[in-house]
Amino acid sequence: MKLLYFAWVRERIGKADEDVSPPAGVVTIADLMKWLSGRGEEYAYAFENSKVIRAAIDRNHVQASAEIAGAREIAFFPPMTGG
Amino acid sequence: MTVTIRLQREDFDAAKEAAELTRGHTDIGALVTFAGICRDHEAGRGVAALTLEHYPGMAEEEIARHIAEAQTRWPLLGVTVIHRHGRMQPGDNIVLVVTASAHRQAAFEAASFLMDYLKTRAPFWKLEESTGGKDWVAAKDTDDDAVARWVKDKA
Repeated sequence: MKLLYFAWVRERIGKADEDVSPPAGVVTIADLMKWLSGRGEEYAYAFENSKVIRAAIDRNHVQASAEIAGAREIAFFPPMTGG
Repeated sequence: MTVTIRLQREDFDAAKEAAELTRGHTDIGALVTFAGICRDHEAGRGVAALTLEHYPGMAEEEIARHIAEAQTRWPLLGVTVIHRHGRMQPGDNIVLVVTASAHRQAAFEAASFLMDYLKTRAPFWKLEESTGGKDWVAAKDTDDDAVARWVKDKA
């Protein structure tokens, strides 16, 4: 699946997107954030306060409890500040 | 109903967009035009510029979902939403919402509803260049409160 990062999540991780294949035990968005956090200190830094991070699956907002099975594109970003 | 959604780097002309929306429509009795503009201060700091980042694809879809929701709540005859991205300086336009209806209440309320949702649900982020350096703008509780009132209204 493709992961996208925006704003300070992107800056902390140091990339805007990447393709990943998480292991079978990674079922939800919360699991995915935890798994990513273990991939390096830049990820741990980006997700250190995972409660504030928002997520979207295939361009729709989702909760951290949402399941990622079948997702093509998952995005992580801070609370939005447009308008 | 005429719906226009545009995400662009370029500036927009609010008066031209409003005229475009009403052209050929003699049933429109109320037109509300809201423009959000980059200001030169925030919480006592001088602001030199804002850079708007967005999630291409999702931003358009999210705005379309909010317009569809607005249509279920008010008898709208037209909506235009234009959101700029890239770097903006004080005085520059950021966002435009134009709503048209037969009567003013629907047009006012729908414009307010769309702005509240744009600020809290549409995937845009502001990077602020101020006297204190460069920082991502933090989400405001007051914006969440503003959007919450529409949820309460619906219940």
